[in-house]
Parts: sequence; structure tokens; C-alpha cells
Amino acid sequence: MQTVKMVVTGPFSAGKTELIRSVSEIDVVSTERKLTDKAERTVKEATTVAMDFGRITVDEDLVLYLFGTPGQKRFDFMWEILSEGMLGFIVVVDSTRPETFREARSILETFRAYAPTPYVVAANKQDLEDAWEVEDVRNALRLDPKIKILPCVASDRDTVKTILLELLYSILEEMESGG
Amino acid sequence: MALRGNLRDFTITQLLNLINLARKTGTLIVEGPNETAEIAFREGKLAYAKIGQEENGLAMILHRSKQLSANQYEVVLQRAESMTDKELGLTLINAGYISQEDILANLQQYFTDIIRRLFTWVEGFFRFENDILPQEDRINIRLDLENLIIEGSRQLRELEQLQDEIPTLEMALKFTERPGANLQSVNLSVEEWRVVSFIDPKNTMKQIANAAKLNELEIRRIVFGLLQAGLVELVRAEGAPAPKPVRMFPTEDREEQKTLVNRLIGRIRSM
Repeated sequence: MQTVKMVVTGPFSAGKTELIRSVSEIDVVSTERKLTDKAERTVKEATTVAMDFGRITVDEDLVLYLFGTPGQKRFDFMWEILSEGMLGFIVVVDSTRPETFREARSILETFRAYAPTPYVVAANKQDLEDAWEVEDVRNALRLDPKIKILPCVASDRDTVKTILLELLYSILEEMESGG
Repeated sequence: MALRGNLRDFTITQLLNLINLARKTGTLIVEGPNETAEIAFREGKLAYAKIGQEENGLAMILHRSKQLSANQYEVVLQRAESMTDKELGLTLINAGYISQEDILANLQQYFTDIIRRLFTWVEGFFRFENDILPQEDRINIRLDLENLIIEGSRQLRELEQLQDEIPTLEMALKFTERPGANLQSVNLSVEEWRVVSFIDPKNTMKQIANAAKLNELEIRRIVFGLLQAGLVELVRAEGAPAPKPVRMFPTEDREEQKTLVNRLIGRIRSM
């Protein structure tokens, strides 16, 4: 059995677990714990502390694993371990919370330093009224025009599929250009 | 959709950077603790600014900058009460009181002073309205934002915030190829120029800091300003040790790897 992996990263409460859940064929093996921090609890009740784990079986001898990183900075020691051997990564950003963009950029730079693999950015929660436009998120994150940033609603399987496909196309393009 | 938020999370400098990069047209409305500022932009350039209830007619701006004496100001107010700023400007130019360049320079000074005041605001809400443009009867300017962005970035002093922006000094810098970004037109300090002179994908920021005798906070602050102004970008240093090779694919064969990615694509398409 051959296995490959992709990593889903991003700030706290960006929608990483939800994104994996939308496409995983197994119930996501989640390591969520109840939040103790009162301020964080106003955003959500539980958070991922080690990793999320989803699976997509391609055929009888190929499986894609999706690993979701914990979003809080105090768990960043997990990031390097999770990034080892990844085909590429997805940075999930909550488009309605500009206060998290700085952290998203920092996470993105950190992962880029771990492994120069292709990545795409998912501008999540685009269904909400106060979501920033995708191109505004791009500029806020100072993304190179060559990097793909895609509108996303993590609970919507179709947008998540598009994000995975765009990442795979980027991986293929890089292989074809000799990268 | 909305471009709105809180100044605690998104500074005026970052907003200017965003407007500059996206070449936005519209008005940024910032509601501070005591007053509201409205800054208008055309294609990413500063066009107009006003703050609170402050009198901002052309006559007052010229009087404040001592281009019009108190007497002249009184006369202008009496005789030109019903004139728009554009009409008043033309009248003053035709009367030989002032040149067009001086009018624009004074307006530029006044508008940029408003933005400098905003740099000190740490609390407040902002929103960008694409549909609100400066009044037609007011004189607009066209000012590149890079200098203001650099100036605002110099005020960011917290190491923690800068570490979030630039997590490692092991990366190098290169000049952006963004059209319109022009280093010659930006007013840089001596330290900033020293950093600029070392910018090369071969030099890490750490090496530049050592060469320019800057500490970690100082190099981060300068690089942050250059990044915000869109003049440079972070790149992996040339010659830096590549990350340790890790097996991404279960096979070493390039063609098999491509086939594997295509199988993944096929599977996800069919979901």
C-alpha cells in the first residue's frame, strides 16, 4: 500500500478540521480538547491540540492522508513533524477575521521554510457577509501573484475538492517544470 | 464584500499597503475614539483626506500653511464664499497669488499630516467603501503611498509583532518586480539605505544585520517597512542548505510520481 500526505494548516479557528471533515472518507480522527482560555472560547469551544487526520482512498494500493495542524502557536512544535514528507500544503484563512492574517502569514512562512513544496491558500468562510474579498486577503497576506488563493467554504465539499485539485495541479506543474 | 475590521488587528500602515497593492479606488473611513477620518484613493494613490469637523477648505489650508495672510484669508472668505475649491484655486492662480504646484504641495502636506495623525490611532474601526469618492468640487491630488507606508512602518516598535511578520532572519531579500514600485522615489533613512545596499538573494537578513551593524529589532523593522511598501520580498537564501531531503512520494521514478498525482486528481474529481 502506497501512502502520500498533504497538510492543512492555518491559524486558530480558521476551519482546518471542517475542511478535512468535508472530504475525508473516515470520521476525522481529531484530537480536540475543550478550550481553557476564555478569550479563545468566545471563538469556539474545542480546538485541535495534536493533529486531525483524514483519509481519501484512491484505489487498492494508494491512499492520501490529510493532516490538520493545531492552529494555536503553543502547539507549533507539532508543525515540523507533520510537514515531513508532505506533497504540499493548504493554508486555511478565516476571511472574516483580519486579526488572524498576520498569524496566517507567519505560519505560511514557517511551513515554506520547513519544506519548499507547493501550497495554496483557502480563503475560508466566503459565505459570510463580513468576509474579505479573496484578492484583499491575497494582498493582506502579501502572496506572490503566482500563488493560488481560492474562495472556500470548508463545510462545502465542492469548494474543498477544488482546493485539493488546485494544489495537485500546482504539484504537477512543478514536477513538469523540473522543480 | 466588506473590507472592514479593527485597528487593533490591522494597522493604518497595513491598510495603506493593501490599498496600494490592489490599486483601489474608494474611501477608507476610520472611526477613531474621538473623531472619524475619511481618506479617499484613486487607483491606489492618495487623492483626498478629511478628519472630523476640521475646516478643510482650500482657503483654510493655505492660511494654515501661511500661504495666505490673515487679511488675505478674510478677503477670500468674504469674496469667494460661494466658490468651490477648484474655482478658488483657479482664481488665486490667475491672480498670481500662488502657483498650481504650490496649491498641490500644500494640499499634499495637509492630507499626509492627517494620515500621520492616524498612525497614532490604535483603537477604532475601519471600512473601505468602493462607492464613495471625494466630492467633485474638491481638488484631488495623486500621491504614491510608498513613503507614507515606510513612515508608518518605522513606528512599529514591538518586537513580538515584528517576529510574527518576519519569523526568521535566515531568509534573504530580493527586489520585487511589481510595476510601479520605484525605490528612487522613496525617502529612506541612512540605515534603510544601508540595508537596501546589501539586498541580494545571496545575503540572509542575519548577514545584512551583521554587516549593517543592526540588532534583530532594527533589521526586522526596516525589512518590515520595505515589505509593506512592496519594494522587496522574502526569498530562500541562495546557497542556503536545502531542507533535509524527505521522501514525498513512495517511488523515486519521476514518471511514476506524475502518474500517482494524476491518480489522486482523478479520484478527487470523481468524489
